[in-house]
Amino acid sequence: MNKLIVSPAPHVHSGNSIRKEMVSVLIALIPAYLVALYYFGVGAIIVSVTSVISCVIFEYLIQKFLIKGENTVSDYSAVLTGLLLSFNLPSNLPVWIVVIGALVAIGVGKMSFGGLGNNPFNPALVGRVFLLISFPVQMTSWPRPMAWNTAYLDAETSATALSALKEHLGNIPSLFDMFVGNMGGSMGEVSALALLLGFVYLLFKRTITWHIPVSILLTVFIMTGIFYLVNPQTYVSPIIHLLSGGLMLGAIFMATDFVTSPMTKTGMTIYGIGIGIITVVIRMFGSYPEGVSFAILIMNAFTPLINTYIKPKRFGEVRKNG
Amino acid sequence: MNLILASVVSLGGIGALSAVILYFIAQKFHVEEDARIDEVEAVLPAANCGGCGFPGCRAFAAACVTADTLDNLSCPVGGTATMEKVADILGKKAAAVVPTIAVVRCGGTCEVREKTNSYDGVKSCTIVHNLYGGETGCSWGCLGLGDCEVSCTFDAIHINPETMLPEVDEDKCTACGACVKACPKNIIELRRKGPKSRRIYVNCVNKDKGAVNKKVCKVACIGCSKCFNVCPYEAIEMGNNLAYIDSEKCKLCRKCVEVCPTNAIVELNFPPRKTKIEEPSTTGTEK
Amino acid sequence: MGGVHPPENKFSAGKKTKIISLPQQVIIPLRHYSGNPSVAEVSRGEIVKVGQLIGRANGFISANVHSSVSGKVSKIDNAMDAFGYKFPAVFIDVIGDDWLDEIDLSPEVKRVCNLEPHEIIKKVAEAGIVGLGGATFPTHVKLSIPQGKKAEVLIINGAECEPYLTCDHQLMLEKGEEIIIGISILMKAIRVKKAIIGIESNKMDAVLNLEKWAKTMEGIEVVPLKVKYPQGSEKQLIQALTGREVPSGALPIEVGAVVQNVATTFAVYEAVQKNKPLIERIITVTGKSVPEPGNYWVRIGTPFTHIIEETGGMPQDTGKVVAGGPMMGRALPSLDLSVAKGTSSILFIPSSESKRGKVFNCIRCAKCVFHCPMGLEPYLLMNQGEKQMWENMEENRVMDCIECGSCSFICPSNRPLVDYIRYGKSTVGTMIRNRKTHKS
Repeated sequence: MNKLIVSPAPHVHSGNSIRKEMVSVLIALIPAYLVALYYFGVGAIIVSVTSVISCVIFEYLIQKFLIKGENTVSDYSAVLTGLLLSFNLPSNLPVWIVVIGALVAIGVGKMSFGGLGNNPFNPALVGRVFLLISFPVQMTSWPRPMAWNTAYLDAETSATALSALKEHLGNIPSLFDMFVGNMGGSMGEVSALALLLGFVYLLFKRTITWHIPVSILLTVFIMTGIFYLVNPQTYVSPIIHLLSGGLMLGAIFMATDFVTSPMTKTGMTIYGIGIGIITVVIRMFGSYPEGVSFAILIMNAFTPLINTYIKPKRFGEVRKNG
Repeated sequence: MNLILASVVSLGGIGALSAVILYFIAQKFHVEEDARIDEVEAVLPAANCGGCGFPGCRAFAAACVTADTLDNLSCPVGGTATMEKVADILGKKAAAVVPTIAVVRCGGTCEVREKTNSYDGVKSCTIVHNLYGGETGCSWGCLGLGDCEVSCTFDAIHINPETMLPEVDEDKCTACGACVKACPKNIIELRRKGPKSRRIYVNCVNKDKGAVNKKVCKVACIGCSKCFNVCPYEAIEMGNNLAYIDSEKCKLCRKCVEVCPTNAIVELNFPPRKTKIEEPSTTGTEK
Repeated sequence: MGGVHPPENKFSAGKKTKIISLPQQVIIPLRHYSGNPSVAEVSRGEIVKVGQLIGRANGFISANVHSSVSGKVSKIDNAMDAFGYKFPAVFIDVIGDDWLDEIDLSPEVKRVCNLEPHEIIKKVAEAGIVGLGGATFPTHVKLSIPQGKKAEVLIINGAECEPYLTCDHQLMLEKGEEIIIGISILMKAIRVKKAIIGIESNKMDAVLNLEKWAKTMEGIEVVPLKVKYPQGSEKQLIQALTGREVPSGALPIEVGAVVQNVATTFAVYEAVQKNKPLIERIITVTGKSVPEPGNYWVRIGTPFTHIIEETGGMPQDTGKVVAGGPMMGRALPSLDLSVAKGTSSILFIPSSESKRGKVFNCIRCAKCVFHCPMGLEPYLLMNQGEKQMWENMEENRVMDCIECGSCSFICPSNRPLVDYIRYGKSTVGTMIRNRKTHKS
């Protein structure tokens, strides 16, 4: 008989693993991916596959040759970063730009801080914002949604709802079109419907809680609603704000990234409100039409501060006598 | 041109103003310090290991300057040489430092001490000690997980992977005491290094009854008192089924090593004996 | 608030209790998990009867120890406990089954108790009763309400929230009337008019049985509880049943509650009504590979090897043997032990489930924070424990941790959170004690 094994309690584990969490998010992204395939066709496939493969390869190479440490590609976090990065890019982006984005996302956004769990900023957003600032023209020419599009680099482009609003370019799509995803924009951000389906799945699997997405969306709704009520001629209805741009994608999938969001429910709510406020400010008063990526990155910087000062409700809190 | 002039004047002006303000602040908040502290600090090894009992070399330097005598102050890393230099600077007399070294008092290698269970958890001696008695039948002995190795800032103690016991590197050990504090079972002790680096010690800390010990470790001290009876210098004390050799009193005659029935007493750095008695196992070896 | 749902695996639920035969020798520990060890009252060679005092309590927070068999004292020596350390124990060679005359062995249930509260507490103390839920805290100490505090409600812990364990469940099914009488005795001892029995709702048969008997007494209520671990933890149970939170660092008496386990209550009935000291208890022998898991009455001091032999032997694929449940039980370094008062089960875990998974970086998913029943941040405490930041751990309430294991259970990175928190608790505990002694 083999020797008995001794270890501290607990002697049973839920079976949860990092990979399972990542897979749950990947599954939640399937509806949005299908919509992207439908509206953006070949371009969507090329950009997403390039992004995922590059992220995985870069993580593997950096861990093997630069860090000379263990390989963590099998926890699927690089796959998720790759997919989320591609969802934030227009589907007609040339492959070489996608690869650069992946390198920045994984190399700078994740590995340079020590790998998964140590990065203060959302790696996919780091990559995306880097590309936006370095290649502003290619990053802001979005293809028009067309059923089963086979064009890639030469896809026909059009303005998105937000850029139309910013530059007073005229027609924005109908509410239904915006909800379903029949509008221009980055690959994964167009269909609020698909993203909301993913949200429901994540809640069901208890991968995330409702606090961050709801607080972001409510804050944006209320703030833009106030502006709209005060001056309906200059400002559009809050529903349009909710459905346009990367807000849905950001609120549900980017801001809820485990590593860069706060650890308590109160903290998450504050974080979400902050993102909402900054997004609206940038949209209304900034020179960029879209502000969600920047808003999330800025609030990522505040997450450690939020974690230090906002503590969970302690059991048996002893109130100090005044 | 105007722009360049305006920039130079405004930035230069801010710089000059800041310099003046900082100068006055530095004067106002200047801390008067004995200049000798700097001098003493300069001759210290700058290891900041805390072995002297002070938080860092500068604090030790300050203590040396303010103390009446250097009798109770010594730097284990620098040793006598450093203390002489400090004494010169301060005009005081340096106490003679008795060289000490860390000694690991457990001989329970994998060969002589059988494992009875298998530990699966965080590899830290303190955490295992918190949990239970260890992987062998001896709940007093070394756990072999290396808290001592991690605590050493001089790279002087390492776990030997074959015996799973720590070994002290005589040349590198400065007797700063970090490993003594790190060991949760108080197995490591600072003892006199001894002339020619020779020392004798009981390689066991097990306080269980001898009959029980023998079953779990072949080289355990069984408290039989043979060593106590044979020591001509009364350097050995018996207590709790365990013998202990006082390194201040021990004259290194090696009579106890000869009589120990379990080879629990170790002699280090001695020449081989001329008699036909076999060389006892020298676990806890020097490098 | 907080808590997790480990798989229940109550394989031995509803299995009628069997009696384990007397072994050849019992080894009765003189030391309990809580309080001072007792002092031996017998010496080598002495003949003892069942129920005879063999160890006297040493100080207030200590308990008497009685012989669970009749026979001859073989020696008083050190024996290994579940921690792998050796502590004094009385070794008795078993001869026959001779009980002390004053113990009432008749099967009738004695309902009436005319003793005064202080007399009840004295009888409980004499009988060596300790908390049988696991902590083995001397019961007479809990019943002695300190000056200035008032007990308002007696809470009986029938939750048994640990997976696999069914000893309390079976006791509630088989000895319902005795338990209710024990509760009324305890109510008298601490002078309260109200008692609440908390039972997890996966044991509705026990709920119904106790409700039936509770109707025969005044002031006893049975409340089914949500099935969630750690519902049976003292503080969580008080909150679920009374809505009050025991303040951090304080005892349940602060909110007027006194909590006792059902098995302790049964022992109190036997001690007060039948003059029987604590000499036996029910334990569950179970595990995924155990062919016939069951509940057994064993005498205190029975060697584990004897029990394992009688209950079908250790399964071939066993990797770990755990005394207690899988969430908080102790993995045994050897089977060379005997049943102590706090032993509730012998759980065999197959070797396929015995090894811990690989540890990864913390991914800050916050699951440990969400599931902690005490509102702590285990990821942070482990981080600080690794860096030995003891003052920070104290500020982050490490001493509040009840070591339930929910955090380690749920962590996707398999981080050994409880290990470092325990390390922190022991170091910070020593720091706090040193601070107090230096102050005074």
